[in-house]
Order: sequence, then C-alpha cells, then structure tokens
Amino acid sequence: MRNLLRWETALVFLLIVVALTGQVSTDGSFLSGGNLFYLGLDIGEIALIALPLTLVIVAGEIDLSVASVLGLSSALIGWLWNAGWSLETILPTVIVVGAVCGAVNGLLVTRLGLPSLAVTIGTLALYRGLALVVLGDTAVADFPSSYTEFGTTPLPGTNIPYPIVLAIVLAILFGVALHASSFGRSVYAIGANEEGARFSGIRVKRIKLTLFVLAGAVAAIAGIVYTFRFSSARADNGVGLELAVVAAVLLGGVSIFGGKGSLFGVLAGVLLLGGLRNLLILQDTSTEVLTIVTGLLLLVSVLAPSITRRFGTLRKATP
Amino acid sequence: MTAATAVATRGTAARRLSNRVGRVRELGIVVALALVVIPTAIVNPRFIQPQSLRDLLLNASIVALLAVGQTLVVVTRNVDLSVGSVLGLSAFLTAQQFADHPGTPLLAGIGFGVVVGLACGLLNGLLVALGNVPSLVVTLGTLYVFRGIDYALAQGRQVNAANLPDALLDLGSSRILGIPILVLVTVVVIAVAAVYLRSYRSGRELYAIGSNPEAATLAGIPVAKRTLTTFVLSGLIAGLAGALWVARYGTVDAAAGTGLELQVVAAVVVGGVAIFGGSGTVAGAALGALLLGTITSCLVVLQIPAFWQQAIAGALLLSAITVDRLLALRLAKALRKTEGTSHA
Repeated sequence: MRNLLRWETALVFLLIVVALTGQVSTDGSFLSGGNLFYLGLDIGEIALIALPLTLVIVAGEIDLSVASVLGLSSALIGWLWNAGWSLETILPTVIVVGAVCGAVNGLLVTRLGLPSLAVTIGTLALYRGLALVVLGDTAVADFPSSYTEFGTTPLPGTNIPYPIVLAIVLAILFGVALHASSFGRSVYAIGANEEGARFSGIRVKRIKLTLFVLAGAVAAIAGIVYTFRFSSARADNGVGLELAVVAAVLLGGVSIFGGKGSLFGVLAGVLLLGGLRNLLILQDTSTEVLTIVTGLLLLVSVLAPSITRRFGTLRKATP
Repeated sequence: MTAATAVATRGTAARRLSNRVGRVRELGIVVALALVVIPTAIVNPRFIQPQSLRDLLLNASIVALLAVGQTLVVVTRNVDLSVGSVLGLSAFLTAQQFADHPGTPLLAGIGFGVVVGLACGLLNGLLVALGNVPSLVVTLGTLYVFRGIDYALAQGRQVNAANLPDALLDLGSSRILGIPILVLVTVVVIAVAAVYLRSYRSGRELYAIGSNPEAATLAGIPVAKRTLTTFVLSGLIAGLAGALWVARYGTVDAAAGTGLELQVVAAVVVGGVAIFGGSGTVAGAALGALLLGTITSCLVVLQIPAFWQQAIAGALLLSAITVDRLLALRLAKALRKTEGTSHA
C-alpha cells in the first residue's frame, strides 16, 4: 500500500514538473486557457475509457476490445445517420450496442471461464471487423453542427471542453463506486483473491460481467465523443487506442495482476501522458520521442515497485 | 489383474485420451483449413494452382515465423507484445544497412537484422526475468520504445527496392524445387523449434514453467534463465522475420509490422497454444497463422469484401478458444472418472 501511495505522489510530482517545464519553455502558453482546452480535447476519449478499464484491471481482468467498440460505435453512428435515423435515437442505440459488446466479453469470460486477454483480442478483431462491415472505408461527416460543436467548443464561459465535463462526471461516479461502495470493495477483493472473494459470498461472475458491460458502454460513449470531435464517423476511428489506454491505466499505478490501484492515480497517469504529448507538440518535438517516453514511463512504473522492494530487502539484509 | 496394474492401465488410458485431445486440436485446424480451401477451390479452381498455393504459404510465412517465437514465450505463461515493433526496427535497420553499404554480404546483412532482434529480445527478457515484472506490461512498454526508436532512426525515410542488392530481393522471390525460399526458412525454424520443445530437457521445462511456475522453481528448473531464453529467442526470430520482410516487400519504412503483434497472438491462440501457458505446439501455432492467412486470401478469391476479413478472424479466434475450453472441460471430467474408478 505504501508503495502505491508513493507512486501516486511521484505521478503528481512528475505532473508538476511537466507543467512547470512546459510553462517556462513555452513562455507561459502551456498553461494558458486555450492550450489547456486542446489538451483536454486530446485526452478526452482516453480519460473516459480509462475509468471503467481501471475497474476491470483492478478486478484482475483486461479488456483490449475497447478501442474497437469505439470504432464500432463511430461506424454505427455514421451508418444509422445515413439510414435517416435522428441523432436522438442513434446515440442511445449506440451506447446499448456498446454495452452488448461488453456483455459478450463478460459472458465469454465469466460463463465459459475463458481468459479475458484471449477473449478480448478476439473481440478486438471482431468488433473492428463489424465496424468495417457496417461502414466500409467511407466516412460520414454531415452531422448537424449543434452536435459537432460539443466536440470543438468549451463549456460557455470556461476553457473546459465538453468531453472533459463528461469525463469528470463519470470519474466521480466511478470513483465513488470503486472507493466508497461495497461494490468497489468487492472489485478489489476479486482482484486480490478471486477464490477468497467467492468463498466470502461475493458474486464474482455478476460483478465481472457488470464491469465488462460498463467498459463497453463507456467505450461507445467515447466513440460518440470521438465522432463529433472530428465530425467524422469512420470504421477505423481509434485504431490502436487500446494500448494507449492500458498504458495510461498501468502508468497510474494499477497492478496488471489486479487488486491494486486507484482512480486518482489513473487520472494522474492520463494527464501526465496527455500533458507530455501536448508539451512535445508545442515544442515541435517529433512524436516518436513521445512514443519512446510513453514506453519508458510504462516500464518505470512497473519496475519502480520491484526495485524499491529489492532495495528494501537489501537494507533489511544488511542491518 | 492386480490393483496396481489396473491403476496403471487406467492412467495410460487417461493419458491417451489427453494425447488424443491434443492431436484433435491440430487436426481441427487442418479441417478448418480444408473447410475454407475446398469451397473456394470449387468456386475458383485456380485457387489451388501451384502458383496461388505458393503465394498462400509465402503470405503466411512471416506471421508463422513470429508465431513460433511467440509460442515459446506463451508456453511459459508469458506474452511478447513487442514482436511487431522488433520486426519493424530490424527490417528498417537491415534495409538501411544494405542501402548505405552496398557491399554488405547477404548473410551478414540478415545476421545484422537477427542481432538487432536478439538485442531487443534480451532487453525484454532481462526486464521480465530480473525485474520480476509482468511480461504483458514490459512488452507493451517496449512495443512503444522499439517503435519510437524505429521512427527516430528512420526520420521519415524509406528504403526502396532500387537501393537493395538483387541477392536479397531474390531471396524473397526465388524458390528451390518450386518452394519459395522464405517458406523453406520458416519450415526449418518451425522444425527446429518443434524438436526443441518436444525432445530437449530445457524445451520440456518451458511447459513445466507454464503449467505451474512455483512448482517448476521447487523442482529445480532455472525459471528466470529459461524465461530469459524464450524472450531472446522470440526477439531473434522477430529480427530474422524483419530481415525477411525486407527481402519479401523490398520497400521499408518505420511503420513496417505495425499492429502485427495482435495477429501473431491470434494465430498462436487459434493454433491451440493456451494463453495461460503449459500447452501447445509450434506446428499448431504455424497452422493457426496459415489458417488466418488463408481466410484472407479466400475472401479475396470469393470476392467477399475485404471488410469481412477481420470480423471473421475475430469470430474464428473466439470459437477456437471456446472449443478448446469445452474440450478441456470434457477431458477434466473424463480424467476425474478414470481416477474415481481406480480408487473404487
């Protein structure tokens, strides 16, 4: 537990370092309202998907299909819009489809006892494939501006983009669910010791299924955000985003083995990755540096606890 | 019959059953292959002409190679997500080496690519084995790092076939006894890995590690060393695949092999290698790669929009692991039954 707290402190420290370096090196434009708005837009989808995915990983499972659900949701929006549906009916439909996608993952994992890694690699291909079947390689872009505006304008009077408002609301909901409810305690218990959780009367299968459904639904919401932000519905929207989200969650201090991590750490991780990307873009640094930094941060985040542990035992061994 | 021999025969019966299930698994892929190929061949007989069969094997060979390395890793209950990036890095560096130093001997250039892959694999292996951290996270990290290095070194450049020696390009297109050299290389790698996993002590130990890491440690198996070896081998094979990628496609930029890791893992899982370690063969994994590649080609021949390909590959993977699971459940039941009667 102490290791975890230390990692979150380290993340906040890193965030401050990034913010200060950014502020100094860009002559104050990094923390300006306009730039923070773009930063917020840039991390919107990752922040959204990272929320349910944190719970999934804390419960000891993984969902690699989230970016494909995002793509499927985007493709469906375009397809249904072309078919003449109104957006008021499309959006709920898409979220339901996302939840169904999540339920398929969850049922395969809980009812058949299949490893979620294999299942969601399968559905990663399946859902992305369905997105391609639905929309092919065409793009639908003629959405009314009253909707696409949500993706490109801030909340009136502030610099907060709408997707971030949505992410904050959901973060509070997921935060309460994970950290202040019996449901959340059960999620930690399942991740720490599934067998033990089952014997203590926790409905392991039902909770896991719920988590996968939530991941699917929120990924579909992220698909809506993505579609309106670029005002373009395409089947290949968000390809490869799953790795970025998993990286952000793990960087936030969540253990891949489950049972450990906090939503606060994950949000710090998302901000750190987004902030770094934004800073590097502002400084015209090539994006490959960012790719390397992402990978290195991820490695450090898993190596740090292991190294501190080793030092700890060394110190104990040599009194 | 004494009780002891009765138990022994029942024990072998159970073992035979589990062997049969194992064999059924590879047979299943062959049947699936037939189910895909035969209707396609009926619709379009040209599909089974030698030239198109050759293309089929050629297209599958790079994924099959990577699947062999991945099998070694997955059998020990690990995973190597960085193979696509290692392939990309090795492909670009090999191509650059050939382009910048036109005198490079063929084998030296390919060897260079292999060494690049080996170095990447060594880094993965050291982090997993010594850092004692989950391979999924480590290789997700190095996936980014290697790809980033690849882009940084390439600086947006691209190496074209015109700058590559003919000997290398010939390697990608010429054949011996009608079989493309690339396919032969792949088959040799599969055969070596298969013999190693089947008949060598350290190969068997990989299965032991995957079945139960703690028990393997207690049994005196050098788990860290073996794990390191598998990652080095996976990197080495990915490096070789990178060099062969150059020979096959001729044009290489920093994006070569992006996203290939998921295809490889899919091939391995379809091929019957359990994602949680302890079982599976390289032949199965290579067949899995061949099946996935064949489906792609069949869709083209049958004029089904290519958009369906990914959905079908996904559905196939899901049904493969579902069937595996159901077979395993039946096997467990059967084993329990034989055990139950032997105690009676």
